[in-house]
Amino acid sequence: MILAAAASTALATPTADAAHRALTATAAGATHGFLSPTGVEIAFLLVGLVSFGAALVTVTTRQLVHAALWLVVTLGGLAVEYLLLTAEFIAWVQVLIYVGSVVVLLLFGLMLTKAPIGRSPDADSGNRWAALTVAVAAAAALVWVVVDAFRTTWIDLGGAAAGSTKVTGESLFQNWVLPFEALSVLLLAALVGAIVLSRKAKAETSPPPVNSRAGTGGSPSVPDSRNHPIEGKSPAEQEGAR
Amino acid sequence: MHLAYPAVLSALLFSTGLYGVLARRNAILVLMSVELMLNAVNLNLVAFDVWLSKAARETLHSGQALTLFTIAIAAAEIGIGLAIVLAVYRNRGTSDIDKLRDTAEGHESDGPGDATAAEKAEATA
Repeated sequence: MILAAAASTALATPTADAAHRALTATAAGATHGFLSPTGVEIAFLLVGLVSFGAALVTVTTRQLVHAALWLVVTLGGLAVEYLLLTAEFIAWVQVLIYVGSVVVLLLFGLMLTKAPIGRSPDADSGNRWAALTVAVAAAAALVWVVVDAFRTTWIDLGGAAAGSTKVTGESLFQNWVLPFEALSVLLLAALVGAIVLSRKAKAETSPPPVNSRAGTGGSPSVPDSRNHPIEGKSPAEQEGAR
Repeated sequence: MHLAYPAVLSALLFSTGLYGVLARRNAILVLMSVELMLNAVNLNLVAFDVWLSKAARETLHSGQALTLFTIAIAAAEIGIGLAIVLAVYRNRGTSDIDKLRDTAEGHESDGPGDATAAEKAEATA
């Protein structure tokens, strides 16, 4: 008896939930206009299309430097999206750090590893179709779940900006001080680690390599494989590696 | 604004970065794809923070604070990653991640430079 009642309740709940959701959807559609997008939405859609297209070119182009330059377009488009979402401080941080420094670092990395300037035929590895399958499956699943979950949710962009410098600074220095300071320690550790990693190992290269190789004998190719690519290196990298 | 716009854009950018990480061969291009994925996460965080700061009462603006932290950690990550790529390139002469199969240094005996080095070692010994 109780079981039957529970079953009937369980059967009745989805329909009630669906009816409630439909009611909410119609109410939201009445207030927000479901198929009549606002100007902000149209601008967001256009900039989003540009960003997504630039991201696609970034991961598919065969010219390595062009990939970095299309990444600038993607990151700049995302900065415009942040501005449209009224998060202006994040937008300018995005422009300063990503477009200003990360892309420059990537270009320096491409230059220091002597990336080919023209089209390189082996930019994609052999498992391209498996990667495409995984990416399309992930995109389909994520888009379906997200659209189904937030179908009736609207962002209210009116009123004061949600991410102005004043608001962000107050929340950062009132509620997030300890993570902020911990982050500075992390940045210091990353700086020291990058210097240590990119420094030339002086102790192994300073002795004459022939004698040491004859002396050790066990691993003959270690010092020479370490020395070999340095000979053809540009002076900029030797400067940076020193 | 409908919340689905930034959420869908974020999902598409994340999938693009996922394809790049899986399909690219140069290590620096893989790092670029990782940046794309991190940016998708940032867009999600900002969009949900803007929604919740109007819908809920007290959110501490945690989404935007987390976005700033993510940007800083991404900058640290790209610095360390490029340092590792440069060190690998200096040791092995390539940044092609399909060819970097062994973890030990200078253990590959099929490269031409190593073959000549082994020959020289034989000659001097």
